[in-house]
Amino acid sequence: MGCFCSYVPEEILVAGNILPVRVLGSHEPQNVTEPYLFGMYCPFCRDVLAQGLKGRYDYLDGITLSQSCLHIRQSFIAWREHVEVPFNYYIYMPNKVQTKAATPYLKTEFEKYKAHVEEVVGKELTDDDLDRGIAALNRNRELMHKVYEYRKGDTPMLTGLEAMYMTVSGMWVDKDEHSAEMEKVLEQLPDRQMIRDTGTRLLVVGSENDDTAFIDMVESVGATVVVDDHCTGTRWFWNSVETGDDRINSIADRYIKRPPCPTKDWEERWRFPHILQLCKDFNVEGAIVIQQKFCDPHECDIMPLRKTFDEANIPSLFLEFDVTVPIGQFKVRVEAFLEMFGVDDLF
Amino acid sequence: MQYKSEALKCWDKAKELRDKYYSDYATAHERGGIRWTGGAWSFDAIPYGLGDDVYPLTGEPYAASIAFMKDFSIECLEATEAKGWARDLCSYMRNYWGSMYLNKWAFGGPFPKADFAWQDHICCTHGKWDQHVAEYEKIPYFCIDVSVGPYQDIDEPKLKYVVDQMHEGIEFLEKATGREYDDEKLIQAVNNECRLTSTWAEICLLNKHKPAPLDEKSMYSLYVFGTLSKAKKEFADFYEEIRDEMKDRIERGIAALPEERCRLISDTQPPWAFLKVFRYLEKFGAVSVGSLYTFALVGIWEDKPDGTWGPRTTPAQAGIKIETRDQALRILADWNLSKPEWQHFYDPTIKTRMMKRIYDEWDLDGVMLHLNRGCEGLSCGIMENHYGLTQDDVPVMSFEGNMGDSREFDEARTMDRIDSFMERLDLKKIS
Ligand code: SF4
Ligand code: SF4
Repeated sequence: MGCFCSYVPEEILVAGNILPVRVLGSHEPQNVTEPYLFGMYCPFCRDVLAQGLKGRYDYLDGITLSQSCLHIRQSFIAWREHVEVPFNYYIYMPNKVQTKAATPYLKTEFEKYKAHVEEVVGKELTDDDLDRGIAALNRNRELMHKVYEYRKGDTPMLTGLEAMYMTVSGMWVDKDEHSAEMEKVLEQLPDRQMIRDTGTRLLVVGSENDDTAFIDMVESVGATVVVDDHCTGTRWFWNSVETGDDRINSIADRYIKRPPCPTKDWEERWRFPHILQLCKDFNVEGAIVIQQKFCDPHECDIMPLRKTFDEANIPSLFLEFDVTVPIGQFKVRVEAFLEMFGVDDLF
Repeated sequence: MQYKSEALKCWDKAKELRDKYYSDYATAHERGGIRWTGGAWSFDAIPYGLGDDVYPLTGEPYAASIAFMKDFSIECLEATEAKGWARDLCSYMRNYWGSMYLNKWAFGGPFPKADFAWQDHICCTHGKWDQHVAEYEKIPYFCIDVSVGPYQDIDEPKLKYVVDQMHEGIEFLEKATGREYDDEKLIQAVNNECRLTSTWAEICLLNKHKPAPLDEKSMYSLYVFGTLSKAKKEFADFYEEIRDEMKDRIERGIAALPEERCRLISDTQPPWAFLKVFRYLEKFGAVSVGSLYTFALVGIWEDKPDGTWGPRTTPAQAGIKIETRDQALRILADWNLSKPEWQHFYDPTIKTRMMKRIYDEWDLDGVMLHLNRGCEGLSCGIMENHYGLTQDDVPVMSFEGNMGDSREFDEARTMDRIDSFMERLDLKKIS
């Protein structure tokens, strides 16, 4: 099942023995989306649609959107309209996660989604099935947390690039297989010898980001990405389902309480204290703030977020991403940014 | 054929009411009143339960007024950019924020600070717009999420989600203002809103007549009351006057454009600094009889028994007496969730169907689509609309622009596109 956005309740899919697949882009220039998506929307959502139009996800049996921003919604609709796929489903995920009405409402939306999944697989999902789905996701999340723990020390035991491969592959691979691999990794991590300098410890934060070439470049010029706040990283796996008798309610509550996408982060700001806590826990020295061009949700947060970083004495660098990123130019900017960490104050 | 034409009689009153709205807001505190800021789609009926001296400032029409004042608008946009905000954000929001940062009220004097912010959320920008206003002005903020899906799918849990937030909102209002809430005033406001928005649909319906009594450019000056405060009695009464004047114009054969020979419609907000586009169309005898935006942002509609689109029957017309707070809120939520302009946030094919319907029922010759870089909300799915309408054999002209940032509008290019569209429709300049 192709998942548009990280708010799709994968627990329900796994309960139905369906493989959730996060639909991501390919970072290649393309010219197929113009008739369906106006150029003022983010490059990520256009890249995603391009994959559908080019038939690169032709193995999907269905697609699901869990409502978040307007941009990715259009990729879903255009996919539904112009790419042949047997099933499609739109979950009206609430945007106000801060109201007490949100979980009860989302519970009803997830119940409808469960009925849809039952139709897709042709059988009823029992509590045992749901428990299995919840357990698979929770185990996977817990293991990712354990791996992230190894990034907290003076010498992070894995790079930001490796962490990105880990989280993004978790969005595609069967959860149990992925968890089994992570268990093996966890056995090896304590004895791992890192043959690289850690350099400056960075947080990456912002719009959707699965740009491995970019992270690789950053880590090649004297830095290590020790933690992130991305929907392809911590925002996706950070919290677990707290199981109660009403499984669907518990799942709904998990998605309401997870670290929010900025489009759902109002009236209060829940994101920023969480991000500052990540900085503290992972001993972050600087932040790279990434924004996909035209990404309104993040554009609305970047100014106040950078102010928050300033107030916490965390220097930040802002970079705007397109489908392909100008690695050479960004390298110069990242190097200049990193230079400030090596210089002691004269006064 | 040349029709008779004459100026609108309601014009002066429209101007007077609009000026009064803004001056009432600016001077509210002098009279001990309350002012709030928010959006054109905020549930403005609810704060009216705080008293008769509650004055709203809705961000979009205020920003549209700024956009119309080209030089001041550039000043505001630059002030927002100077703070570091991206240039591609909603241009209404950028105009509004700029006016706030500069502490300059578009109508003279300092920018009047609100007592609280009261928003609703369907577009990604809404919740964030007033989050920033509230932080900047240090005022309390409440926002109601209405993004529960198209009206055809509304069921009890969806309605309840919205209504529950409204109840929370009333608690917020009492806390933010220290006033006791009056349900009777809420009930009156809900009835006013239903009356105003249904009457506006009636006015739009009258534009089916050939020649059209109203053109789109004039409509902008009238529809605005439904965006300033749709629950205000004075405005609901005024819409009934406008409707009567339209009927009278039709009876007397008065046209908005004496040379009407081609009827068009547009979709979203116009480029406010370049309303002359509509005057240019007139040179070809083409009149824009409205837009999905003016019809559907303020008007509330329903399917009539004969299958046509018409004004939604109000609770009062249906003999429903609203008696409790909860009933009022449920009616208000249900009424707004049927707002046509909200439907296509979820699915552009709904907008395509609505535009095709207007094209057929208003007997039009073509459709103009504004690829509006200033509004991520209403441009959402616009390429699908282009595709869908073209598939349905509707002549479509698209033009790129920005409702609130005149720097992003290429006037000469748009006029060229109009020329070729007119040529496609076999129309030549009259003079
Ligand atoms: S949140 Fe931003 S990056 Fe993600 S799909 Fe929406 S606009 Fe694009
Ligand atoms: S719908 Fe358009 S005008 Fe309204 S807040 Fe969203 S972007 Fe701005």
